[in-house]
Amino acid sequence: MSYRRQTLRYLIHDWVIVPGKIILRNKKALVGFIIVLGYIVMAAIGPEVTPYPQTYKYPRYIKPTLLKWPPSLEHPLGTDYFGADIWDEIVWGSRTVLIIAFTAGIITTLIGISVGMIAGFVGGRLDAVLMGITDILMTIPGLPLLIVLATIIRTSSPFVIGLMLSINAWTGLARSIRSAVLALKHTEFVEAAQALGLPMWHIVFREIMPNLMSFIAVNFIFATIGAIYGSVGLYFLGILPFTAFNWGIMLNMAYAQAGAHQSLETIHYILAPIGAIVGLQLGLLLFSYAVDELFNPRIRTEIS
Amino acid sequence: MRWIYKRLIIAFLTIYFAMTFTFIVIKAMPGDPIQALAQQFVRQYYMSYEEALAMARSVAPFVPNGSLLQQYVSYMAKFFRGDLGVSISVSTGTPVTKILADAIPWTVLVVATALVISFGLGTLIGMAMAYKHGSRLDSGLLIFFSILRSMPEYIVAIILLSIFGFQLGWFPVRGRYDYQALEALHQGHVLQFIANVLWHATLPILAWVITHIGGWALGMRGSTISVLGEDYIGYAKARGIPERRIITRYVGRNAILPLFTSFMLSIGFMFGGSIIIEYIFSYQGIGLILYQAIENRDWFLMLGAFNLIIIAVVIGALLADLLYGFLDPRVRRGAQTV
Repeated sequence: MSYRRQTLRYLIHDWVIVPGKIILRNKKALVGFIIVLGYIVMAAIGPEVTPYPQTYKYPRYIKPTLLKWPPSLEHPLGTDYFGADIWDEIVWGSRTVLIIAFTAGIITTLIGISVGMIAGFVGGRLDAVLMGITDILMTIPGLPLLIVLATIIRTSSPFVIGLMLSINAWTGLARSIRSAVLALKHTEFVEAAQALGLPMWHIVFREIMPNLMSFIAVNFIFATIGAIYGSVGLYFLGILPFTAFNWGIMLNMAYAQAGAHQSLETIHYILAPIGAIVGLQLGLLLFSYAVDELFNPRIRTEIS
Repeated sequence: MRWIYKRLIIAFLTIYFAMTFTFIVIKAMPGDPIQALAQQFVRQYYMSYEEALAMARSVAPFVPNGSLLQQYVSYMAKFFRGDLGVSISVSTGTPVTKILADAIPWTVLVVATALVISFGLGTLIGMAMAYKHGSRLDSGLLIFFSILRSMPEYIVAIILLSIFGFQLGWFPVRGRYDYQALEALHQGHVLQFIANVLWHATLPILAWVITHIGGWALGMRGSTISVLGEDYIGYAKARGIPERRIITRYVGRNAILPLFTSFMLSIGFMFGGSIIIEYIFSYQGIGLILYQAIENRDWFLMLGAFNLIIIAVVIGALLADLLYGFLDPRVRRGAQTV
């Protein structure tokens, strides 16, 4: 019992208290963390507490009431071409955007790590084949390939879209992981572990991985940002079916259907999804400034 | 020399397999060009679907049939002889090579200008940041460029279009040139036409420059900082070599080398990314052509555009590798001994 408690305390210390202190120390990362947390809260509970954004419910193109004096929360971001409340649409769209982004980020990172690790470790013919595949996929233009794939798969499931977006997003990470593994393979501590006859998993997860963690985490964040860009872009071009709410669909409606970017009277319709996307990317980017410190053992011990 | 042959063979194989992969993916797309063309006729001439289908078949008799393997072999065989087939949707029957040849110069104009401007300015700013690193200016620019780098091109493009195209009206909102400018060209006013073309290209170029300059500046900053820490810079200073010469000859040259490969790769990648920019500005380049081809299931045009971009990317990477050898004496000597 007490042993279990002890473990739990160590876990909380390692995963909550130390990272929390590091983030609190780094102002940029703190701002980023708060922004990302805000988006996650919005996606998790937003659609439960915000009314469903119904079209033709309000007059078209009401100006944002947040900008009026006195500001009010009636239509904080105004209404759109179809008479729906824009804030509601942003909240309902956040869930699919975040699911797509994090699914794609996780899958991209996992494939990148596995391919890079295997190629670097095993070497020889397998390495040549894996890197050949990586090069071929890298060569095919990404956005056009995604458009073609989207017409084949025709899905509106955010998980499948996330999976699709990782089709060739992992190639850069795989190459960098491979060269990092090649460099680490001949360091003294890895050779010592091999000489001791330690199993493969120990060498990979205990000796090599800790050295790459901050690099991997930064790449995960950038893969997530890339997936937001890619998925919203596909919706913007009108390639994916418009079934759920998504900021990309709002962009498409505002740009291609309503032409909201053409006049100051309607500009708030297109600025809302743009602001939502840029804000999320900014939050993730600022948070990435703390990643290096989060995985740096020297800073970790200094803090605890 | 053997190293170069090996590299050439790898480049060729990469092109071949990427083309094959693209071929399979495109053939897996639902719908076929005849159906797409028939639907277009239904909308255009208000005819029944059966009539439209028959008309589409008679207008486009060259749509491939036979098994997938037969189609693949015949496409590949023709491709390497320079025959890319004919377009089905965009002016039916026009050779793909002609459509692409008409579109490519425009994309090259935008992409190359943007790349040169963003690379030139970005590396200069990056070097200045490295010299002043740790200062307030440096950390401010660091955040600013990180934000710019993570902004998607389409957002910057929409904002530019809205402000400078629609609100201020300084730049045209669509197209490659005005009709009047083309008439002026026919009357011999070449300069007027060029000015009009540049005027139309400004916003697309600006959208690329804004989203790419940050990456170059940050890359150059990092690379310059590591070069500044090298011993040979210290020796050069001790030998009393003028500062200006150290900056250009010693620091600049060595710091720019690692960026060189990504510069060459960018050319091809920007071709692929031009879909979204050209869509927003209705700029009839290879990106917009590719987008329309995908929408209309225009197989030959799609394959042609894809394969062209693939070849551009591979040749860019190949040239980067070969030129790197000439630029970096260490690689040059290493390559000769291998």
